[in-house]
Parts: sequence; C-alpha cells; structure tokens
Amino acid sequence: MIATLVPLQATSLIFVALAATSVALCRNPLRQIILSGVYGLLLVVLFVVLQAPDVALSMLVVTTTAYPLIVLVAIARTRHGSKEEK
Amino acid sequence: MNFLAYGVAGWICIVGLYGAIVSKNLIHLALCLTVIQSSTYVLLLSVGYRHHGTAPIYKGIRLGTNTVDPIVQSLALTDIVISVTVIALILALALDVHKKLGTADPDEVVELQG
Amino acid sequence: MTRRQIRGTIAIPVLGALGAFLYWGLSGLPPFGNYHGFYGHMVSILSLPQRHVTNAVTATVFDYRGFDTMGEEFILFAAVTGVVLLLRKSGEDEEGPPEDTVTSDALRLFGLLALAGGVLVGLWLAAYGLVTPGGGFQGGVAIASGFVLLYLTGSYLAFARRTSESALDPLEAVGAAGYVVVGLAALIAGLPFLANLLGPGKPGTLVSGGSLGFINWAVALEVAAANTILYKEFLEQYIVPIARGRKS
Repeated sequence: MIATLVPLQATSLIFVALAATSVALCRNPLRQIILSGVYGLLLVVLFVVLQAPDVALSMLVVTTTAYPLIVLVAIARTRHGSKEEK
Repeated sequence: MNFLAYGVAGWICIVGLYGAIVSKNLIHLALCLTVIQSSTYVLLLSVGYRHHGTAPIYKGIRLGTNTVDPIVQSLALTDIVISVTVIALILALALDVHKKLGTADPDEVVELQG
Repeated sequence: MTRRQIRGTIAIPVLGALGAFLYWGLSGLPPFGNYHGFYGHMVSILSLPQRHVTNAVTATVFDYRGFDTMGEEFILFAAVTGVVLLLRKSGEDEEGPPEDTVTSDALRLFGLLALAGGVLVGLWLAAYGLVTPGGGFQGGVAIASGFVLLYLTGSYLAFARRTSESALDPLEAVGAAGYVVVGLAALIAGLPFLANLLGPGKPGTLVSGGSLGFINWAVALEVAAANTILYKEFLEQYIVPIARGRKS
C-alpha cells in the first residue's frame, strides 16, 4: 500500500515552505526575527502533525524565548554602534 | 504529492542558502543558518513518519501499536536546543566584529580586512 | 555590479544544480509514510519492556544514544564558554552594573507570576521527560526562560545578583559533569560506560528508567544554567551601554 500525505500535513508543509522563504529573503534583520518567530511556530505545528510532540516542545521553547532574545540584543547592539558613527 | 515533504525540506535548504549568500548583515546570516538547519528537522521527521502512526510514547497506548520512528525524533530534539547556543556563539562573534570594525556587513568586513 | 550582486547571480545556477542533486538523492528515499527502519522499530518495541521508559524518544536520547548525547551536551558547554569568553572580555565593566529598576507595580506582579509559571512548567517538563513528551533539554530551556523574566520585569541588578557567575558557572559545570559521573559510576561498578546501574524502575512513574533519571536532571541543570548564562551575557550587552548613556 502506498500511503499519501494527509491534507493537514500537506497544508502545514506548504505553510512552512512559504514562511522559510520569507525568512530567508527578508533583508531587514528586525523584520526577519519576527518572521522567524512565525516560522518557528509553524514548524511546531508541522512537528505535532508529524507525530513528534517532543521535537515540537523543543522547538516551542527555543523559538518563543531563546532566539528572539539573543537576536534582538544583537540587533540593538549593532544599531547602537552604527548610529554613533553617523 | 508524495514527494512534497522531501521537496519542502530541500527547498528550505536551498532558499536558506540563497539568503545567506546575498546577506548584507551578519545577524541576517545567522538567521539564514537557522533556516538551513531547520530543513534537516523537516527532512528527518518526514523520513521517520509512518502512515497512521502515533507518537512513540507508550502512555495510554498498547505496546506494538504502529508508531513513528523515535530515533530521528531524538536526533532533531537535541539539535534544536544545541543550535541556540551555537547561534549565540555566532552572534557573539558578529558583535565582536562589529565592535572592532564598526560594521556588520560581511562585504565591508572583507574590504576592511584587505 | 557589487560583489553581492555578482555572488547572487553566480549562486542561482549553483543552487539550481544543488536542487537537482537534492532531488536525485531525495527521490531515492522510501515514499513518505512508508519508512520501515529496523532500529526505530526495535527502539519502539523495546524501550518499555527493556528500560521501563514510556517515552521512546527520551529513552533513545538518554540511553540508546546516551554517549552521543553526552557529546552534544559538551558542544553546548563549549559554545556557551565561547560566548562568555567573547562577551565578558569586551563588556568589561568599571563601575559595576547600572541601576534600572522597573517601577510599574503591575508589570512586576505579572512578571513574578509568569516567572513562577515558567519555572514550574520547565520543572514539570524535565520531571516527566521519561513518561510523557518533554525531558531535560526542553525543561532546561523553559526554566531559563522563566529566570529571564526576573530581569525583564525586575531590574538588571536583581537579575545580576540572583544569577551571579559564582553560582551559575559551577551549576553548569555540575550539570555537564553529572552526565559523565553517571557514566563513570557504571564503569566503576564493572559495567560498560553509561550502563543503567539502578535498574529500570517502575514504568510510567517519576522513578522509571533508573539512572536515566539522573542523566535527565543533569541535562536539565546543564541546559538551564547554560541558557541563563547566555541570556545574562546578551542582556548585559544591551543594558550596560543604555544605562551608561542615561547617566552621562
């Protein structure tokens, strides 16, 4: 028997692909980290749909707190410096 | 239709690489790396998925129930948590570069270094 | 054309070739949903009767793949050490941490409640890791996220005092070393490295898995301490220049 994708999985995968494209092609890091949060949450949904609750939890805690925090600080720090120069 | 899951994983990898190649900012570059890395999670979990399978947690389900592959899940799980610290290390390096050279643009960094 | 434009133009055919290569490789995989991996099947069947662990994923992480996870834990340790070396060197502080108390009572109250909630969720995730979805890795990050609220709704001073390096660094080291100690304890007892010394325990309870529980908590401690150190170093990068600017 050849199994096929469930519509839910297909939809979730397409959303993930679209979000990944937007994260990679967004030029502004500040907008990118917001998109990256959305992308992370879509990945969480995909992982749940693919029956991987452990991985989904892992992605959830990482994408909602750890990434935004460290990346926002890095953005603030680099902006701070470049303003002083100008 | 069956190739969609693997195709999405491949696409995420390629689009992330493209974003990294044309990146104007080291922080942007680090975020593109996370996208490339996430393609491996999608691929691993898609490979390990079994049709009509449930999560491999034998709490409330009988032993011998059709479950998805636990090994690929354990690979992805640890990697997600480790990747945060690795990205933090990359960002710390980017901050260091910015502090020394006053720019976070990879091209300018190359020019300033000669 | 700038360097970046040249790079972008060259990248398109190269990435196209990579895409074709990936297509060729990925199309050789078993069709989606039809994977019948031998090892995955074995772990699924054996983790409950052999290790008395209901969550086969955690059993793989801490037992069947335990040695590998120890390596991963040291990647985490090394990366955090690198961050600390890079940021503490550049963020040398002459006048000590700046004053930045949050004055809103509502924010403080909410922050405190959320802190308690975050830490509690983290502890719960770590504790039941061997029974239901969760485990030391996820729990550790959640605990660290709870502690970060102490800073966000309290003040940097409070955060710096409660999570000083003299307390955090040893905790991280204890977490990393705890894993190795569990492994060595088995070695001393004449068993292979990381063998389960304490017996499998009662399935479906907090004491299931025997020494896997210790490994789980060691990892939780390591990840929580490592992430808190990480947040602290990064927040220091953010807050110190602002507070200095306000003062001068």
